[in-house]
Amino acid sequence: MSDGNIHGAETAVDAAGITATGGDDPNGVSTSDATAQANADGASSKRRLGLGFWIAAGWLFIVFFAAVFAPWLPFKDPEKNFIVSGERPPYAPSATHLFGTDQDARDLLARTVFGARVSLTVGLVAIGMGMLFGGFMGIIAGYFRGWWDRVISFVFIIFLSFPALVLAILITALLERSLRTISITLGLLSIAPVGRVARATTISFADREFVLAARTLGAKNARIIIRELLPNVLIPMSALALLGMAVAVVAEGGLAFLGLSVEKGPTWGKVILTGAGSRDLQKAPWIAIIPIIVLFLTVLALNFAGDRIRAYFDVRETAL
Amino acid sequence: MAGTGKAHLRDGDKVLSIEDLVVEFKVGRGNTVKAVSGISFDVLRGETLGIVGESGCGKSTTGRAIMQIPPPTSGSIVFEGAELTEVSSNAVREARTRVQMIFQDPVSSLNPRRSVRDSVLEPLEIWKRGTKEEREKLVDEILESVGIDPARAAESKPHQFSGGQCQRISVARALVLDPTLIICDEPVSALDVSVQAQVLNLLEDLKEKFGLTLVFIAHDLAVVKNISDRVAVMYLGKLCEVASSDDLYARPSHPYTNVLLDSIPEADPEADHSVGKIVGEPPSPVSPPSGCRFHPRCAYATSICTSEEPQLRAMGDGHFVACHHPVETPVKIS
Amino acid sequence: MNKNDIIQTTRRIESGEPLLDLIDLKTHFKTDRGLVRAVDGVTLSLKRGESLGVVGESGSGKTVLSRSIMGLLPSTAVKHGSVKFAGQDILGFSAKQMRHLWGAEMSMVFQNPLNSLNPLMKIGKQITEPLKLHLGMDKATATATALQLLRDVRIPEPERRLNQLPHELSGGMRQRVMIAIALACGPTLLFADEPTTALDVTVQAQILDLIGEQRRERNMSVILVTHDLGVVAGHTDQIAVMYGGKLVEHAPTKTLFANMKMPYTKSLMRSIPKLSDPSHTRLATIPGRPPDLVNPPLGCNFAPRCMYALPKCHVEEPPLTPTADPKHVYACWYPVGSPEFEKRDAELQANGYMPENISAVS
Repeated sequence: MSDGNIHGAETAVDAAGITATGGDDPNGVSTSDATAQANADGASSKRRLGLGFWIAAGWLFIVFFAAVFAPWLPFKDPEKNFIVSGERPPYAPSATHLFGTDQDARDLLARTVFGARVSLTVGLVAIGMGMLFGGFMGIIAGYFRGWWDRVISFVFIIFLSFPALVLAILITALLERSLRTISITLGLLSIAPVGRVARATTISFADREFVLAARTLGAKNARIIIRELLPNVLIPMSALALLGMAVAVVAEGGLAFLGLSVEKGPTWGKVILTGAGSRDLQKAPWIAIIPIIVLFLTVLALNFAGDRIRAYFDVRETAL
Repeated sequence: MAGTGKAHLRDGDKVLSIEDLVVEFKVGRGNTVKAVSGISFDVLRGETLGIVGESGCGKSTTGRAIMQIPPPTSGSIVFEGAELTEVSSNAVREARTRVQMIFQDPVSSLNPRRSVRDSVLEPLEIWKRGTKEEREKLVDEILESVGIDPARAAESKPHQFSGGQCQRISVARALVLDPTLIICDEPVSALDVSVQAQVLNLLEDLKEKFGLTLVFIAHDLAVVKNISDRVAVMYLGKLCEVASSDDLYARPSHPYTNVLLDSIPEADPEADHSVGKIVGEPPSPVSPPSGCRFHPRCAYATSICTSEEPQLRAMGDGHFVACHHPVETPVKIS
Repeated sequence: MNKNDIIQTTRRIESGEPLLDLIDLKTHFKTDRGLVRAVDGVTLSLKRGESLGVVGESGSGKTVLSRSIMGLLPSTAVKHGSVKFAGQDILGFSAKQMRHLWGAEMSMVFQNPLNSLNPLMKIGKQITEPLKLHLGMDKATATATALQLLRDVRIPEPERRLNQLPHELSGGMRQRVMIAIALACGPTLLFADEPTTALDVTVQAQILDLIGEQRRERNMSVILVTHDLGVVAGHTDQIAVMYGGKLVEHAPTKTLFANMKMPYTKSLMRSIPKLSDPSHTRLATIPGRPPDLVNPPLGCNFAPRCMYALPKCHVEEPPLTPTADPKHVYACWYPVGSPEFEKRDAELQANGYMPENISAVS
């Protein structure tokens, strides 16, 4: 019974994604032998991450690298006032100050880089908590359904309904305005969105026959969750996490505008805020514009990379 | 039609014996789907039992109930002497090593992120059988016996194989634990005609080679006849007719079986292709008709059919029908 | 050609006159892997009122064929040859021009009615839409026509159905609704792409009969695309067998089954389990897999899998040759009945048609 050795290469049948000779019957089963094959092949032609992804990844790498190694890299002291006698700050971008300075003659490049440390930390903690707690709860809810699902979904709804701003104000009022509290606040707020995606993805995979097969083979629940579901659920969750990070970074900026962000040291929000007065925007636009551009590019890169990752893995998923 | 009725149960070395199986699900606003409503059957060692019926008849549910996924609402499932509904969940899990299942969708039966060989190794790893070398050797042997190149399997994922190949891989995975019984749930319905023939032949070969017993669930009557020794016809959760394959097709006694056979499009332009005596569509399993569940669509129904559920009665030669008015004249088969 | 011209031409075709003419139709897709030759040279013609069955497995190109005629292909498709509908070459028509034909002159019934009906739109509206669009009916007339259509397709309680949503109907009924929608504007050509594969066998029989009935009443041509030889046996006038994008055999239905010439068709017949066979009949299988449409094999597409192939088959592609009956054509160097075939067949029969014993598989 020779099969598969004749044409080891895949058959690119009815490619270009037409629902080919067999569509799906109501049971969601492909009625043609080669449809999955064909879809996978049609898909493989789009399976690159693309130049855009690598550009975005490159930018993110630069930002992260600068942020992590800031204290050891030749940036100026972000708090020091580099006043030049005879000239009133703010100073425009020049050879000494690549991004210029703000009204107190603080170097904006340094402030942006050190501000990145805060913003990115906030972002990472936020998605870290989201994936860890939200992901865990979502998978449990999606796999076991029933009572677990009802309770966990209810918890998610509560989290989602809670006005984020009020929570932030409460926490900063009651506790200190430190990096830790801000990060944890945003972390708490990302549990529900990530959790809901995890739950939905788990539900859609738990229905698939390979999970049922694992159970018939005698695997216990823990094994099924970790070995069968997790690798599949992790991908959409990760893509969402990157998007979530972008949201957290912007959220921090918003908090800074309300005077609720981290007290010590520069953050992107605070740096932008410094230059946001109307007079400054006219006379010294670089104070706000440059950090805005950095923020924008970072968020754009995060969103774009997240989307490309989702598409890269999604394509194979839909084929199955 | 009946389904309750055990006249057709036999003596002998029974691998599987089902009695009064009931599987019901709650759906939505307090409705209960009566998927399987009290059927009994047995499977002798080395036999292939075909269960045939249209969608909604409960055949897939029956197959899954045997695996206890999910456990049935009531009824007895005796597998190799052990009553599966009464043992601990661990014992059920352990029993699963001797009853395996093959599913309808070949590609989604395999984890898309895992190499195919890993998927076949998985059962051995779950049950920690043998050393690593022994496991790999066994897996490679079985992959070859189903016609898959082990080297390719080690480095390829399911989507790189065709549907027919994926189905063979699923068969390999089912064989790895050396089971006694394999339940095949519509294993060829999703495959092309020529590939279907390959998989059917493969199942027959493997059955002989490994001494398997099979339960083959399908809606295609010709396929079921080809592979089964004995066939049970189901309708809306009940059994209509049980007989040996050749006998069922030569002398179908239940009106529903007759209708099913009439409806099959024969690859012969000279055959009579006009529709058999069937009207309408199967009713919802949430509120099945009273008495014989087939009576609203049956051309031979009388008043007794609406009130009394028929029991399976012997028609001779191991042929049993659950009907108040079994059809005497056989349907023509060209 | 504007809308009215197109419609007028088709209306003029009488029953029994050629409605559709395909001349060397080719559809290729540009992909990263190369040019996929999904349909690679199909020539046939269909008269008004006739029914054509297109049979093939995955990769045969049968679905792409029907969509090529309808003009429902993505932008990566490259078409050659000609498709004459009522004498008009429509292959080069833009979507705008095709829209005059879609629904009005040619319609399609798809495989999965669940996916083909809008889940959020009432059934009645889905039927009246094409009526209002193509035939300019007002609401009252359209609704009355829709009601009649539902009766034509034998849906019980049609008045109630008008206001229901697709998920409230069973699979068989949804397919009937699809047929009603397809028939709404009285097309002259109906494509049925695996219309019953997703349905139960009893429902399948009813749907096929319904299509046949409507064909006779409306004097419509039907192209039935399927992989099931049984379905075409009873419901078609002529059958075209496709393999690897090519038309390999084409004959009136009765002739085809009585006198198959292509070894592929013959092998296909042999691999189908039949009710008339006793149980445990060993099925003759076709080894291997469908050809790679980007790099089709040299010579005959089927040669690598053909148990009757001889050296010439791997080198030269056989042309379509007629038999004594000019309406029956096939593409094979050593067809059923030729001395080479018979000799080989005898050998194979002795071995029970088992591919394991054949070294013809390359």
